[in-house]
Amino acid sequence: MTLDKRMSAADVVAQLSDGMTIGIGGWATRRKPMALVREIARSNLKDLTIVAGFGGPEIGLLAAAGKIKKLVFAFCTLDQIALDPHFRASRQAGAYEVLELDEGMFHWGLRAAAMNLPFLPSRAGVGTDIIKQSSFEFKTVTSPYEDGEELVAMPAIKVDVALIHAHRSDERGNILTLSDDPLFDELLVRASAKSFVSVEKVVSTAELDMRNNGRFNLVDRCFVNGVVELPFGAHPTSANPDYQLDLKHIKTYCDSAASPEAWEEYRQTYVAVDQDTYVANVGGADAINALPKPIY
Amino acid sequence: MSEVDFSLAELVIVACAEAFRDDGEVMVTGIGPLPRIGAGLAKLTFNPALQSTDGECWYTSEPVSLGKRPLPEAEGLCTYARVFDTLWSGRRHAMVTPVQIDRYGQANISVIGDHKKPKAAMLGARGFPGNSISHPNSFFMPNHNKRSFVDGEVDFVCMAGYNPARYLNGKPPMGLDYRIVVTNLCVMDFGGPDRQMRVISLHPGVTFDEVQENTGFELAKIGDNIPETPAPTAEQLSLIAQLDPHNVRATVFKENPSGRRK
Repeated sequence: MTLDKRMSAADVVAQLSDGMTIGIGGWATRRKPMALVREIARSNLKDLTIVAGFGGPEIGLLAAAGKIKKLVFAFCTLDQIALDPHFRASRQAGAYEVLELDEGMFHWGLRAAAMNLPFLPSRAGVGTDIIKQSSFEFKTVTSPYEDGEELVAMPAIKVDVALIHAHRSDERGNILTLSDDPLFDELLVRASAKSFVSVEKVVSTAELDMRNNGRFNLVDRCFVNGVVELPFGAHPTSANPDYQLDLKHIKTYCDSAASPEAWEEYRQTYVAVDQDTYVANVGGADAINALPKPIY
Repeated sequence: MSEVDFSLAELVIVACAEAFRDDGEVMVTGIGPLPRIGAGLAKLTFNPALQSTDGECWYTSEPVSLGKRPLPEAEGLCTYARVFDTLWSGRRHAMVTPVQIDRYGQANISVIGDHKKPKAAMLGARGFPGNSISHPNSFFMPNHNKRSFVDGEVDFVCMAGYNPARYLNGKPPMGLDYRIVVTNLCVMDFGGPDRQMRVISLHPGVTFDEVQENTGFELAKIGDNIPETPAPTAEQLSLIAQLDPHNVRATVFKENPSGRRK
């Protein structure tokens, strides 16, 4: 018997249920598992708690699709386009409850969950409105040592299902994330009861060349419940070095916030379609492969 | 000495650079064109030990210029995780531009209005809460007015400030260290009584009264005769042009005014 964790995007969504807490990896416009996010957006799922500390277009997309009951985040940005109009509209409508965190507190919360600890002490948050939100009653802890400092007890952020995007995997769920920056995908996976990973390409274990690529292997396969081969699965965000951010499509996405009709047209063309049709509708594989590296 | 022409943006860049003069060897983060050019200028002149980044995940040997450029030489890794590991040590100085700041230095980039249903939703707190209590921070505020420098407290406190009402155990948060505030009118620090914001230099042609009128709270001044913000030197202007070859700095202030107000 062989270990084969390959599945489809629909198989992943079939594992989700209403009211679940779903964590989304990546950072703003980098390595967001957008094909899986679109699969959620076109599903019947509802009342989701979305844990997206380093939020990008997944937040606005899921908000526009009416999927979010609660959002746990530190920011939402499209980077070059600082503010996502879908995110803004949904926040300004009070469409869902929010727990806004400092970026560091967010990953501290994931780390606590990953370590099976109830909380970790954090200085971040002290003196701010982050610890005075009605959506969570933050408590403090006092250092039992001589310093006696009072710190915020950042609670573990426990996630039901993590979704991340990586570059390669084998069928057993050994993954490679080839970008220069691994971001915090590893912690999100470790904080989650289950994790599903969309990858650009499923290859043989030999082709992973793990002895040379070990540093790109973010997490042990016992944390990976399924891998989905979804070429360009991060588009319109980047999966550097395989392909870059599609700023033009990000603009198209932003423009769809202009009116309900504009959103419906975007939804029909880019959300209510399978990944192959999506890739064709955004200009095709060659166009995505030719995207230039953005300048910061 | 002959007078060199310079823009308000260039005056501000030089004022921003001063924030980093005595930092020694720390990560420097200038968010937005003018703080970024200012940080680069500091590194190219009086503080070569500064560790600049490319905004992605590398430390660079030279400050990265704005816009299209050759690939800069990387001198070290600066992944997202490493930014936190380093900032928590205090070895970083950031210059940021919040939407609102108050008398305590508390600053906001999250929302205008009620947090649950904001009038205007912005980015979210980002790493500002942690930055504010971990390492030195300075500010660049392009529009010195009462909407930016607010009466009372900011709408959502993302950066902690010198506000005893919010201290835990009656002590200011360890690591809270606000340096300077550069605006389109003046430069301030937090050196007034009880950490009151204090005008330390006025841009050419600006009066203290004008600054006060455009601020939602009472300001201190460094003395009866407030110095003028130093004009850029010819060498500084040439380095600024090198750091900003596509002249992004000319787009920061409306109509790119002169640094010497008529």
